[in-house]
Amino acid sequence: MIPGSFDYHRPQSVSEAVGLLKDKGDEAFIVAGGHSLIPMMKLRMSTPEHLIDIQDIAEIKNISIFGSDVTIGAFVTQAEIISSEALHGICPVLREASLQIADPQIRNVGTIGGNVANGDPGNDMPAIMQALDATFVLAGEEGTREVKARDFYEAAYFTARAETEMLTLIKFTAPAAGHGSCYMKQKRKIGDYATAAAVVILTMNGTTVQNVEIALTNVADTPLYAEEANRLLIGTSLDDASIKAAVEAAKAITDPADDGRGPKDFRTHIAGVMVERAIRQAATTAS
Amino acid sequence: MSKMNVKMTVNGKEIESLSEPRTLLIHFLREDHKLKGPHIGCDTGHCGACTVDLDGKSVKSCMTFVGQANGANVTTIEGIANPDGTLHVLQEAFKEHHGLQCGFCTPGMITRAYRLLQENPSPTEKEIRYGISGNLCRCTGYQNIVKAISMAAQTLNTQEAAE
Repeated sequence: MIPGSFDYHRPQSVSEAVGLLKDKGDEAFIVAGGHSLIPMMKLRMSTPEHLIDIQDIAEIKNISIFGSDVTIGAFVTQAEIISSEALHGICPVLREASLQIADPQIRNVGTIGGNVANGDPGNDMPAIMQALDATFVLAGEEGTREVKARDFYEAAYFTARAETEMLTLIKFTAPAAGHGSCYMKQKRKIGDYATAAAVVILTMNGTTVQNVEIALTNVADTPLYAEEANRLLIGTSLDDASIKAAVEAAKAITDPADDGRGPKDFRTHIAGVMVERAIRQAATTAS
Repeated sequence: MSKMNVKMTVNGKEIESLSEPRTLLIHFLREDHKLKGPHIGCDTGHCGACTVDLDGKSVKSCMTFVGQANGANVTTIEGIANPDGTLHVLQEAFKEHHGLQCGFCTPGMITRAYRLLQENPSPTEKEIRYGISGNLCRCTGYQNIVKAISMAAQTLNTQEAAE
């Protein structure tokens, strides 16, 4: 399959990339790893006239950690997330989830920026960014603005990012030391998108839940932040009844599609199973 | 849509072409430079038959535009054998342990295994299976592929210890 023709650009800075986006308008697409975009271009479902390759932009290629403040550049690959010991030390759920994305070759080129900005409901990082309460930095012609991950996703492939903007950085505060976390993903085969997946980030105070953040992947046309499930768990001792109530609250917000991964009811059921397992697993790692 | 000048080092040799930007790396290698080792299997990034080594990382060349690889150092299956023409330890091991049947996935499989053993010189069986999870084989059931990679790792480690 041969994609449609385009002109290729390789800007050296964010401002140059944003300038190109402005000049070329909706005929221009950004390419990072390209493993979502290139298949669409081969099918001619996407036919950009200009492709802006952001691999040379140094300012979006780093993971920086100051205390508990984490900043990840949009061009950081899944492989780089996996190999960062510093990041793993303060936020292990990112390595855990990255290892469940696609396969080694794809993780070598797939970027966190592409994963969160593409708006594909199957992508794993958006729900995790919602659980972490991350902030996305968008660069446009009038400078930068910040959008919360919890406000970013509007519908499948529709996000708060304007066509003339570029995601540059992802920022979040690492969860408290001693937190437990888990990304539980049910998939048909290794490397597949989730049938349903859940992330849980849990902070305990003795035997009581001090804080919990649950979010879901691929059971609606956006990632889902499970606010009510969180509320039902905080202050409990993670007893079976409380977990069951949180699971039901999480299931209640799902609205999955019937597709090759299973009928709607099945996927909602699996979402509940993933939430329960993730809560129990996160509890074993919390101190 | 203008053509672009593309230059890269492939199997140690610098090559240059005037290419349409929509040219995929796999087409650049196979059609422009007659390196028919990397195969086009699924053409959708799933099967890994097109795997090449790009700047020290395994990538799928059917999912890479030539511009993205501009200036890179690329190794294909044609560049894996020893400089004197004898087979690389991995190639020997695939032959010895029957790590292939039809052979279609083999160039991608060996190119991936070549990098895997540099990332992790003594992988467990589980690590080998996980490490080649981006390469599909529809004949062997993987058993002998995993065995071949495991035996190659042992041979390479023994050779290194002897040096």
